[in-house]
Amino acid sequence: MSGHSTYEPKTGIERWLDGRLPIVRFGMDTVINFPTPKNLNYWWTFGGILSMMLVFQIVTGVVLAMHYVPHVDHAFASVERIMRDVNYGWLIRYMHANGASMFLLAVYIHMFRNLYYGSYKAPREVLWILGCVIYLLMMATAFMGYVLPWGQMSFHGAVVITNLIGALPVVGDSITTWLWGGFAVDDPTLNRFFSLHFLLPFMIAGVVGLHIWALHVPGNNNPTGVNVKSKEDTVPFHPYYTVKDGFAISVFLLLFGYFVFYAPNVLGHADNYIPANPLVTPAHIVPEWYFLPFYAILRAVPNKLGGVLAMFGAIGVLFVLPWLDTSNVRSMRYRPTAKLYFFIFVLACLVLGYCGGKLPDDPVIPGLTSFTLIDSDLNSFVWLSRVAALYYFAYFLVITPLLGLTETPLPLPESISEPVLSHPATTPVGAVASPEKRG
Amino acid sequence: MADTVVGDRPDPHVSGDDPSRRDFIHIAAGAAAVGAVAALAWPFIDQMNPAGDTLALASIEFDLSKVASGQQVTVKWRGKPLFVRNRTEKEIAAAVKDDHAELRDPQTDADRHKPGKAQWLILIGTCTHLGCVPTFGGGEYGGWFCPCHGSVYDTSGRIRKGPAPKNLVVPDYAFLSDTKVKVG
Repeated sequence: MSGHSTYEPKTGIERWLDGRLPIVRFGMDTVINFPTPKNLNYWWTFGGILSMMLVFQIVTGVVLAMHYVPHVDHAFASVERIMRDVNYGWLIRYMHANGASMFLLAVYIHMFRNLYYGSYKAPREVLWILGCVIYLLMMATAFMGYVLPWGQMSFHGAVVITNLIGALPVVGDSITTWLWGGFAVDDPTLNRFFSLHFLLPFMIAGVVGLHIWALHVPGNNNPTGVNVKSKEDTVPFHPYYTVKDGFAISVFLLLFGYFVFYAPNVLGHADNYIPANPLVTPAHIVPEWYFLPFYAILRAVPNKLGGVLAMFGAIGVLFVLPWLDTSNVRSMRYRPTAKLYFFIFVLACLVLGYCGGKLPDDPVIPGLTSFTLIDSDLNSFVWLSRVAALYYFAYFLVITPLLGLTETPLPLPESISEPVLSHPATTPVGAVASPEKRG
Repeated sequence: MADTVVGDRPDPHVSGDDPSRRDFIHIAAGAAAVGAVAALAWPFIDQMNPAGDTLALASIEFDLSKVASGQQVTVKWRGKPLFVRNRTEKEIAAAVKDDHAELRDPQTDADRHKPGKAQWLILIGTCTHLGCVPTFGGGEYGGWFCPCHGSVYDTSGRIRKGPAPKNLVVPDYAFLSDTKVKVG
């Protein structure tokens, strides 16, 4: 897509087509000949895994839509019919439901990889923002898909999430009614969620197209974070990365297969096998695992509007990350201090996810009573969430901007090829670059 | 363009170089397009609002004789649970006693039931935090307890503890007779 095309049409028909619709040239330049840094590790295979998962979700989803009935009286029964009566319906539904979890798992790894290797930095800011848009669309799609089986968790999850918008002053209630198409989550809500759940994956596919386009302009980042300097630093995408991605996809499918065939409901919630009842809320309402960190942030704030703003802010802050980071060094391989804060950040996200699945007032350490601070016992999940949420925001808003100005990074290799001969681990002690030599 | 030498560029209308006319056409066409899109957008936005039949089903009648003293019946109204609670003397007294306690959303108990009908408390049964259904009789005030995020309501349905910002909502209703109410 960028740079010089090396495609040479060989046969007459290829030349004929190339002069009319250069689609073969496009394919050759994009996935066959595309020059790719030769040092990409397995963390770079998640882009391929995600593309595969998107196709997988669309295929299984279109099939499920052939059997599903989007009506409050029939939705639950039609899903049960898919599970019991439709040929291989159980398999296709389990693949779709667990596929959503696998898709989100892969996207989280993809994002953490990006943060660690500084892939969002110039000139890849637009690439990163498109990725954030895809992530938002994925969350919307996953949420609406979870509502469709119309079980207890589907229904009350939809109630809680749509009520979040009611926290907005003045316009909140009108927007909520508008979203519902009535005075509560009901048939009109289910119908529109089904329509949008069908539409959004294709919008995701469109943004993925832009994402890959934006990737192919500057080309891939790489584990050293150093720009590609010469042809020696790259290899053609095929066969080197088609094979590497293919192997990673195979391993990923083993994990996926484990969930589908051996633990298809372990990531779900038993209450969703109870038909939706608007008059009774399940005792313990939790979202799917991939929303738990944000749910914990929501509950950490003791004010309705504040909680909603913090939750959306946690995603919003990602969009401006390229401008919050003041460091010119991309890869944290050469930023030992940043690396430390990064791993604490990963831990904070995991802690938030853990807290999101617990009751806020339950003690973190059972049996230990401490003292009440503000509104809750200090030894409670709500306080643990607060500490982790504070670190989450501090990481982006305080640590990332300040660290780039104060830290002293390790010396960067001259090129991608160089560290193959002298890995940073073997660099003599004391060989530290001065801060002004950063980048 | 007024000082353009005649003959240099013969007819500005033919060459299309008259900037003021060209600008006018651009602005007029642009404004018309924006207006048309905005006008067309409204039906596509408004179709999401409650439809006519949804609005038509908005009121119900309920026979109070079904609710024994100290109990609550939950009926579905506008897709939401509606609590009809027949309060005991003790519960009413507890609610009145707290009329001037420190309340997040201050209201007296008398404001929350019809005059002379203190035993009948009719409320929309969704927590004002995020819309879960609070459980009857739970929480330390004997009113309701929301299992989702721990909001506690008293026997008047007023918020006393937890994240919810408002009291349980009292819908519009009227007594048709001593034992019959019309809600909505």
